[in-house]
Amino acid sequence: MKNLQEKYEPVIGLEVHAQMLTASKAFCGCSTKFGGEPNTNVCPVCLGMPGTLPVLNANLVEFILRMGLATGCAVPHRSVFARKNYFYPDLPKGYQISQYEAPICVNGAVEIDREDGSRKRVGITRIHMEEDAGKSIHDADVDTLVDVNRCGVPLIEIVSEPDLRTPGEAHAYLTRIRQLLTYLGICDGNMEEGSLRCDANVSVRPAGEKRLGTKTEVKNMNSFRNVERALAYEINRQIQLIEDGGRVVQETLLWDAGQNAAYPMRSKEEAHDYRYFPDPDLVPVVVDEAWLARARASLPELPAARRDRFVGELGLPRYDADVLTAEKETADYFESVVGVLNRLGLRSAAENSKVSSNWVMTDVLRVMDGKTGAPVSAERLGTLIGMIQDGTVSGTAARQLFEKLCSDPGDPRGLVAMLGLAQVSDTSAIEQAVDEVLNLNAAQVEKYLGGNEKIFGFFVGETMRRMKGKGNPKLINDMMREKLSRKRG
Amino acid sequence: MKRHTAFHETRAALEAGEATCEGITRQYLETIEKGKRLNAFLAVFPEQALGRACAVDRKLAGGTAGRLAGMVIAVKDVLCVKNERVTCASKILKNFVSLFDATVVRRLEAEDAVIIGKTNMDEFAMGSSTENSAYGPVLNPVDESRVPGGSSGGSAVAVAAGMAHTALGSDTGGSIRQPASFCGIVGLKPTYGRVSRYGLVALSSSFDQIGPFANAASDAARVLQVIAGHDENDSTSARMPVPDYLAALDRNIRGLRIGVPREAFIDGLNAQVRTALERVLDRLREGGAVVEEVSLPCSEFVISTYYILMTAEASSNLARFDGARYGYRSSGARDLTENYVRSRSEGFGAETKRRIMLGTYVLSAGYYDAYYLKAQKVRRLIQEDFLNAFRRVDCVCMPTAPTTAFARGEKADDPLEMYLSDVYTVSANLAGVPAISVPAGSDDRGLPIGAQFIGRQFDEATILKIADFLES
Repeated sequence: MKNLQEKYEPVIGLEVHAQMLTASKAFCGCSTKFGGEPNTNVCPVCLGMPGTLPVLNANLVEFILRMGLATGCAVPHRSVFARKNYFYPDLPKGYQISQYEAPICVNGAVEIDREDGSRKRVGITRIHMEEDAGKSIHDADVDTLVDVNRCGVPLIEIVSEPDLRTPGEAHAYLTRIRQLLTYLGICDGNMEEGSLRCDANVSVRPAGEKRLGTKTEVKNMNSFRNVERALAYEINRQIQLIEDGGRVVQETLLWDAGQNAAYPMRSKEEAHDYRYFPDPDLVPVVVDEAWLARARASLPELPAARRDRFVGELGLPRYDADVLTAEKETADYFESVVGVLNRLGLRSAAENSKVSSNWVMTDVLRVMDGKTGAPVSAERLGTLIGMIQDGTVSGTAARQLFEKLCSDPGDPRGLVAMLGLAQVSDTSAIEQAVDEVLNLNAAQVEKYLGGNEKIFGFFVGETMRRMKGKGNPKLINDMMREKLSRKRG
Repeated sequence: MKRHTAFHETRAALEAGEATCEGITRQYLETIEKGKRLNAFLAVFPEQALGRACAVDRKLAGGTAGRLAGMVIAVKDVLCVKNERVTCASKILKNFVSLFDATVVRRLEAEDAVIIGKTNMDEFAMGSSTENSAYGPVLNPVDESRVPGGSSGGSAVAVAAGMAHTALGSDTGGSIRQPASFCGIVGLKPTYGRVSRYGLVALSSSFDQIGPFANAASDAARVLQVIAGHDENDSTSARMPVPDYLAALDRNIRGLRIGVPREAFIDGLNAQVRTALERVLDRLREGGAVVEEVSLPCSEFVISTYYILMTAEASSNLARFDGARYGYRSSGARDLTENYVRSRSEGFGAETKRRIMLGTYVLSAGYYDAYYLKAQKVRRLIQEDFLNAFRRVDCVCMPTAPTTAFARGEKADDPLEMYLSDVYTVSANLAGVPAISVPAGSDDRGLPIGAQFIGRQFDEATILKIADFLES
C-alpha cells in the first residue's frame, strides 16, 4: 500500500462556498437570518415573482473584495453576473445568479502549513459572488416541501488551483481559508451548519507525470474531517482502479459519511447544461481604484501579520503565536488578557504576554468551545493572573480558582476570600509552619546539614502542605533557608 | 376615424368645470363595453377606476391634482398592478395575482392618472399580430378582418378606438411601434434604461422597454415625463436627468438633420408605404429640416441577431413558469420532471414554446459561441452603425413596418414571415435607442401607415418634436 501511494501523485483542487454575513440578501432587502420559520424571510424578488428584478447588495461586493485582497487576488475593473439555468423547485427563477466568465477576483494565493512544518503556496484561481438556492425538504409523508428563506442569501465561491497533493494539505488549506474568512468577519465559518461548504476535484497521476489524470468531483463533505476522509477514500479508489487496469470516469460522487464511502450521483442529476449567459438584469460590477483603496484600508489585521506581531512585538515563541492566532477569537481574547495585565502594570509587557499565552494555551483552550467562546472573560482572567503577580494567591490556588470561575460568574477577588484561597504572607504563621516541619523531620534536617542540599525542596513542600497550599512560596523559601543556616551555624 | 382630443384640451375642460374625471372615465368604460368584440382588454376595473376618478375630481377642485389628473390610461397585461391579475395573455398565468405595483403604475397613479384596465397582447409579448393570445385575438378597429399588430395590440386598439386616452405597452422588437403604425396612432419606445422595467414581466431583459401609445405626440410626452427616470428597483434604469419633453414640442424643425438609411428601402417594402414615407420627408424638408442619406450597413443582420438574443433571454426569463410554485399546473403528473414537462407544454402557447426552444438551443453547450456570442458581437456592430449615423444626423427615419395591417391568419402559420415584419423595428431595440412611430397617412384600403423616427440615446425630445411637428 505504501508503495502504491508513492507510485501515484494525487492532484486536488477545492471549491469552497462561504455564506456571507451581510444583513440582507444578495439581490433584495430580505434578512439573511438563519433559522426563521420556513418561507418568512422572503419578498417578491427572492421568490422570483414575475416582473421583479434583482438589485445588487453593495455590501456583498465589499465583503468579497476583502477576501480577494486578503488572498492577493487581482480585481479586474469589471466583472459580470451570469445566469446558471436549471430547473428545481427550490430555485424560484429557474436560474441562479452567479458569475461565470468574468469573476470579481482572480489569481490569488494562500500559504498553508504542511504536516512536516514546511509551508506551501496554494493558488486561488478565482473568487466569485453568487446567490444560494432554497432548501427542499423531502418528507415521505407529505411529499417535498420547499423553504425559500435561504434563496438569495449571498455566497462567495473560492476556487483553488489544483495545487493540493494530500488530504492533509486540503485540510490545511481549508483551515487557512476558514481562518481568513473569520478574521475578515465576512463568514462565520461554520461547516456543520452549512455556512462553509466544500467540493473537491480529485485526480491521480503516475509520480513524475506532468499531465493531469481524469478527475472526479466529490461533494457532500460537511466537516473538515469528512473532507480528509473523503479525499483519502477517493484517491485510494482511483489508484486501485488504475492498478486493476481500469480507467477513472469523470463523474460526480457524493460522500456518505455513515458508510465512509463515496457514491456516484445518478447520471441524470449531473447531466446539466447550465447554459450560462450574462444576466441582462444586472449591470457589470465596476471596481475602480478608489473603491479598492477603501476596501484595502478597511482590512483588519490578517492572521499572518498578527502572528508576526506576536513574535516580533510581544516576544512570544513562534509556536505560541501560531496557536494563539489560529482563530481570531482566541487571538482577540489573548490580547484582551494582556491588556488587563499591562494596565495593572505589575510586570513588564513581555512577561505579561508570556504568562497570558501560557494561561490561554493551557487552561483556556482546554475548555474553550467553538460555540460558546471562552469560559472566563478576558477581564476576569486578567484579574486572576494579576492576583498571582501581586501575591494575593499562589499559582496553585490560582488554578483552583480558575476552575471555579468557569462556572461561577462572581468577582475573582470576592471568590478568593470566600473560598479561603488567599495566600498567607503573615510571617508568624509561616515561621510557625517552618518550625513545625523542621521539628518533625529531624532526620532529614541532619541529612541536609550533612551536605545533602537537594532535600531543601522537601522542606518547602512540606511547609506548603501544612499551609494547605496557601503559603507565600517566596516567604517560605526565605524563612526556611534562614532557619536551616542558623542551625548550621 | 375621428380625431381624439389631446390631453391638454381635456385638462382645460376639467379645470373650467366643463367636464369631470368621473364623466370621462364613464365614457371610456362605455366605449370599452361597446367595443368588446375587438377583445382589446383582458381586465377592466370599473369600480376602482370610477373611485379613483372621483378622488381625482376632488383633487382638481382643491387644486392639488397631479400632472396626469384626468388622464384615463390602459396598461398592457404584462405590467403588474397590485392585487390584480397579470396573465401576459398566457394560460400559464391564468389566475396569477401580482403582489406589487410596477414602478410605472406607481408613478402614473402618483400623478393621478386613472388606470382603467389591462390590455390583451401576444402571449408573453411574443408576436407581431396579437393573434398569439390565450384569450383570443384582438381586432383592428380600422378593419376588423385585420390584425392590430403586436405584441401590444390591445393597448394600440384601446387608444385608437377611444377606450382610453393613452395606454402603456412594452416594446422588445417593435411591440409598441408596429401596432401604433397598424392602428394609426403614436407609439413611443424610449431609450433602453429610460423607463424602469420593475413590474414588467420580462420577455427579453436587454431589449424590453415600456412606452406610451397616444393620439398625439404631446400626450406621449406627458406620459413619458411621468414614467421616465431612475428607479432603485431596476439596476438597468439610467441615472440620466429627465428633460422637459413638452418644452421641446415647439414645432420648429429648422436645421434638424434627418437621415434616411439607404438599406431601408428594401424589395419587401410596400410601394404605398414608400410613397407615404416620401411625403413625410417632403413635409419635413418644407419645415426646414435637412434630409440626407445615411448607411446602416448591418441592417441585413438585424432580424437574425435579434431573434437569437431575444429568444436566449426569453428561454431563461420564462423558466420560472414551471408549475411548481404558482400559475398553471398540469394535473396527473407523476413526478417532478413530468410536472415540468406537462405544465409547460399545456400552459404555454405554440409561439412561446417555439421561442423557448430556439433560445435554449442557442445557449446550449457547443452552440453558444456560434449563436449567442456571435450575435452579441453583431449587436455591438449595429450599435456602432447608429453611432456613426448620429455623427451626421439628429435622427434616422424609416418605415415602421414594411406593410400595412395584414389579414388575421395571413402569417399565423409562417413564423419566419411574421418575424420579417419586425425588420424596421428591431434595430432600435438592438441599439437601445429611442424610436417613435407616427401616423403617415393610409394606403388605398384606408389602412394606416406609420413613419418611424429613431433618435440618439436619451434624446426622446427630438423624435417627439418631429412627431408633434407632423401633427401640425
